[in-house]
Amino acid sequence: MSGPAPAVRAGAGVGRVLRSGLLVLGLPAVLLTAWWVLTDGSTSYFNPPLRTIVGTFGETWFGSPFAESRFVQDVIPSVLRLLAGYGIALVAGIVLGVAIGSSRALRAYAEPVLEFFRAIPPPVMVPILMLFLGIGTSMKIVVIATGCLWPILLNTVEGVRGLDPVLRDTARAYRLGRVATVRHLVLRGASPQIVTGARQALSIGIILMVISEMFAAKDGLGFSIVQFQRSFAIPEMWSGVILLGVVGVLLSLVFRAVTNAVLSWYLGYRQSQHGGA
Amino acid sequence: MPAWALGGAGVATLLVVVELVPRLGIVDARYLPPTSQILGALAERLGRAELWTALGQTLTTWFTGLAIALVAGVVLGVVIGSVPWLRAVTASTIEFLRPVPSVALIPVAILLYGTGMASTLLLVVYASFWQVLVQVLSGVQDVDPVASDTARSYRFSPLTRIRTLVWPTTLPYAMTGLRLAASVALILTVTGELLIGTPGIGRLLGVAQSSGAVASMYAYVVVAGLLGVAVNLVARALERRTLFWHPSVRGEAAA
Repeated sequence: MSGPAPAVRAGAGVGRVLRSGLLVLGLPAVLLTAWWVLTDGSTSYFNPPLRTIVGTFGETWFGSPFAESRFVQDVIPSVLRLLAGYGIALVAGIVLGVAIGSSRALRAYAEPVLEFFRAIPPPVMVPILMLFLGIGTSMKIVVIATGCLWPILLNTVEGVRGLDPVLRDTARAYRLGRVATVRHLVLRGASPQIVTGARQALSIGIILMVISEMFAAKDGLGFSIVQFQRSFAIPEMWSGVILLGVVGVLLSLVFRAVTNAVLSWYLGYRQSQHGGA
Repeated sequence: MPAWALGGAGVATLLVVVELVPRLGIVDARYLPPTSQILGALAERLGRAELWTALGQTLTTWFTGLAIALVAGVVLGVVIGSVPWLRAVTASTIEFLRPVPSVALIPVAILLYGTGMASTLLLVVYASFWQVLVQVLSGVQDVDPVASDTARSYRFSPLTRIRTLVWPTTLPYAMTGLRLAASVALILTVTGELLIGTPGIGRLLGVAQSSGAVASMYAYVVVAGLLGVAVNLVARALERRTLFWHPSVRGEAAA
């Protein structure tokens, strides 16, 4: 293929970057501007101007001294609890899922019970767990872990069950040890399904992080937002809603980066199967 | 042993363990009453109109929210997915708004709508809308390019194109979206009832909690779980029924 002259191509490259930048930022910019302009003269109590919300944002969350700001006192503990609960669910879900998925009898035995536990909307477990654990940090971590466990567990079971039998037989024929089989065959082969479960679990985890703090807490992002709402500090409440949204988006970006690294072999494989589509 | 018998044994094990653990004093019976008491409380509740009214309210909120999210998600998904520039322009906004946790809207909903059904509906619609939209968008993108070109050379009108080409490709994706959205919508319905106080099963649970009726709390959790199982089963049956012509379902039946 004879491409265009280099100078032209460079120009087209710059144009393309500009164009994609415009595509990515265009609509958000329009929406934010619309919000800003439409609410600018707003005197509505519940719907303060975006200017006011942005104005209170820094002071509300990053007030000085930094070590005593709400960001350090509330946001970071929330996120750490989320990560702790999510991590527990991830480990427990994968270990149990591999065990249950590898045995047909165990799967048949456990499946109806697991389906039932998965179907319980996780927020209803909060009042139950409060009985056992009070309202402290451990309750919140356990709430997040029990909510995140089911999607990871059941997807791992599905993934292990769906392993290519030829690969399984090959591993057996080569007399791969138990540990090596689990590591190279089972976990690898089930990882696309595990990631699907982990993604569902992450959004449930964020929901539970907030809910567990709305019930009863002394600190945390969800707690702060509810406190603002109850004391009718409306601009501060809006700034909390926005911050919570940003936390959700950041976590999903991190999740995507991690899964792209974990699943790079799979994505490449699928791309080759689909003819580069 | 056939699978159903093993499954039954699993359920029986759970019931026996929950009966024995508090009776043997491993866990305080004030925190976890034995199975017999939970089922007793459940049976007693089943005889009262209160539970059935609440169940109806929960289902109404759930269904209304899901229906709004489904219609909006499918219509917007097909429109945005079919128009390349619209898709390109909205991609970043969708990617940003989708992970925003819907519970962030709870305080906003309370301020705007009070504690009525509308508050919870807002959460339910917001959470389930994205599930449907994202699935429909990937479905529309999945249209076979050859079929698409064929439709163009036959000069299909946009409506015919959507009806005969885009819709059959998108339907399996939309059904997946519906299945995911159905369980997310139930989670958010119960959350709204529990935290905002919208009438329904969640609020009954909250009332039982504040009055210290532990066995009733467990009874409502069981009801919520069974409701969830029913929602999953119905969604899966609907998926199989709607897609009886699709290779994924036909293959499953043959296997």
